[in-house]
Amino acid sequence: MRRLGWIYLIAIFTFIFLPVIVLVLFSFQDSRLPVPPFDGPTLKWYVQVINDRSMMEALRNSAFVAFTSAAIALLLGFLAAQGLSRVILPGSVLMRGLLIAPMTVSYLIIALGLLTVFNNLGIRPSLWATGVGHVVINLPLCFAILFAAMGDHQKNAERAARDLGASELQVVFLISAPMLKPALLAAYFLSVTFSWDEFIIAFLLTRFDVTLPVEIWSMLRSGLSPATNAIGSIVFLVSISLLVLLEITVFRKPKS
Amino acid sequence: MTLEHEERRRAFGFVAPALIWTCAFFLIPFAVMALLSLAHLEGRAIIQSYDLGNYIKIFTEPSFFKSIVVSLEITLTVTVLSVLLAWPLAWIIATQVPPHYQRLAIMLAVLPFWTSYVVRSYAWALVLGQNGVVMQGLIGIGLLDEPIQIMATRTATVIGFVHFFVMLLTLTIYSNLIQLSPNYARAAADLGASGWQTLRHVILPLTLPGIMTGAFLTFVLCIGDYITPQILGGNNELTMPQLIMLQLGRRGDFPMASALSVVLMAIVTLAYAATARWLKMERV
Repeated sequence: MRRLGWIYLIAIFTFIFLPVIVLVLFSFQDSRLPVPPFDGPTLKWYVQVINDRSMMEALRNSAFVAFTSAAIALLLGFLAAQGLSRVILPGSVLMRGLLIAPMTVSYLIIALGLLTVFNNLGIRPSLWATGVGHVVINLPLCFAILFAAMGDHQKNAERAARDLGASELQVVFLISAPMLKPALLAAYFLSVTFSWDEFIIAFLLTRFDVTLPVEIWSMLRSGLSPATNAIGSIVFLVSISLLVLLEITVFRKPKS
Repeated sequence: MTLEHEERRRAFGFVAPALIWTCAFFLIPFAVMALLSLAHLEGRAIIQSYDLGNYIKIFTEPSFFKSIVVSLEITLTVTVLSVLLAWPLAWIIATQVPPHYQRLAIMLAVLPFWTSYVVRSYAWALVLGQNGVVMQGLIGIGLLDEPIQIMATRTATVIGFVHFFVMLLTLTIYSNLIQLSPNYARAAADLGASGWQTLRHVILPLTLPGIMTGAFLTFVLCIGDYITPQILGGNNELTMPQLIMLQLGRRGDFPMASALSVVLMAIVTLAYAATARWLKMERV
C-alpha cells in the first residue's frame, strides 16, 4: 500500500511537471526546433525575445491592463461587499446573485456579448475594451473573497469608529480596508493573474494593441520555436516570483 | 426608523457601482446577444427576424449538433479523469505529509498552474508531438517502433485539459479534506472499520462538497475553452467554442455565434442545477 502510494506520487508529479520541464529545458535549445535531442544550452532565444519590439509592447500592454482592471475590480468589489455585508437590503440575495453570475459564464460568451454591443455602438476594439471585459470577470471574484472575509468583529469596529465621529470615508479606508488587508491583497493578486493570462477576451476585443497571450498565440501560428519556450519561461518565472513574494510577505503565519 | 432608512440608502450607494458595471457590461450584452440569436444573416447584413432558425439548425444539422456531443463527451471525460487522479493526491498531501510541509507540498503540486494558459497548451504540443519527448522516450526504451499520432486528436485535448484540472481539483478537495475533524476516522476505527472501509464509507462521502465544487468548475471552464482544443485537438472535430469562433471568423455570422453561445450557457445552467445541492455557494 505504501509503495503503491509512492509510485502514484511519482507518476502524478511527472505528469504535472513534464510540460513545464520540457518548456524551460528547450528554451535553451541551440537548434531551431524545441524537440529532443537537447543540444544547448544557449541564451540566444531569450536575447531574441527581449529584443522583439512587438513582444515587449505586448508585455507592457498586458501589465497595464492587468494592474488597472484588477484595481477597478477590487474597488468595485470591495465597496459592494461593504454595502451588502452591513445591512440586509431588499433584494440582497438577488444583488449577490447578479454580482456572482459572471463567474459561471464562459469568458468566450462574455467576450462575444461585449463585442456585439461595442460593434453596435461603433466602439472599436482596443486595450480599453479588453480592460472593461477583465473587470467583468474579476469583479465577482473580488466581491466573493471580500464578502466572505467580512465578519462581525469588523462590523463592530466600524460601528465604534462611527460612534467616535469618523466620517464614512474614514471608516471605509482607515478601519475596514486595513482590517481586510490579506483578503484585499489576495483578491488583487488573483485578479492581476487572471487578467494577465486571459486570452479570449483580449483576442476578440483588441486589434493592434494586443496583450501578451494574444501575441504568443500569433507566434504559435508560425510553428514550434524555442523563442516561444523562452517567452513562456519568462512569464512563468515572473509569476512564480510574485507568488513567492506574496507568500513570504502577506500570508506568512506569525510563529507561535 | 429614519436612521435605518439612511443606513440602507448608504449601503445601496456602496453596491450601486458594481451593480451598474455588471448590468452594463454583462447583463445587457447577454440580453443583446440573446436577441441577436433570433436574427439571421443575408449576405453580410443581419436581419432581425425573431425566429428560431439558428436553433433549429443547431439541433438538426449534424455538423452543428455534433459539436455539442463532442464538447459534452470531452468535458465529461475530463471531469471524471481529473477527479480520479486528483483525489488520491489531495488525500496523500492532507494525511501523509507532515502538517508543517503541507503548504509547500500543495504549492508544489499546483506550480505549473502559474504558467500562461496558452503556453501550457503549447508545451503539451511539444511533449506529445511526433518528435516530442514522450514518443522519443518510448521509442528509446523500445516500447514503440515508430511514433503514434496523438497530437491533433481528442486524446491530446483530454491530456491537456486533465493536466490543468487535476491541479484545480487537488486544491478544492484538499481544502475540503483538511477541514474534516480527525475524530471521524477515529470513531470509524473504534467501531471496527478497516482503513479501507473508513476511507470508502466515511472520508470519501464527506469530501463530496469539495469534489462537486471542483467538478462543476472543471465542467464550466472546460466546456467553454477554446485554446486547448484549438492547439492540441486540431480541426478534425470541433468543440462548441471552436465552432463559435469559426462562425465569427469565417463570415461574421454573429447571430449563429450568439445562438451557439446561448445553447452553451443553457448546458452550463443545467450542470449547475444538477450539482447545486452539493455546491457550497450559499456562502458567497
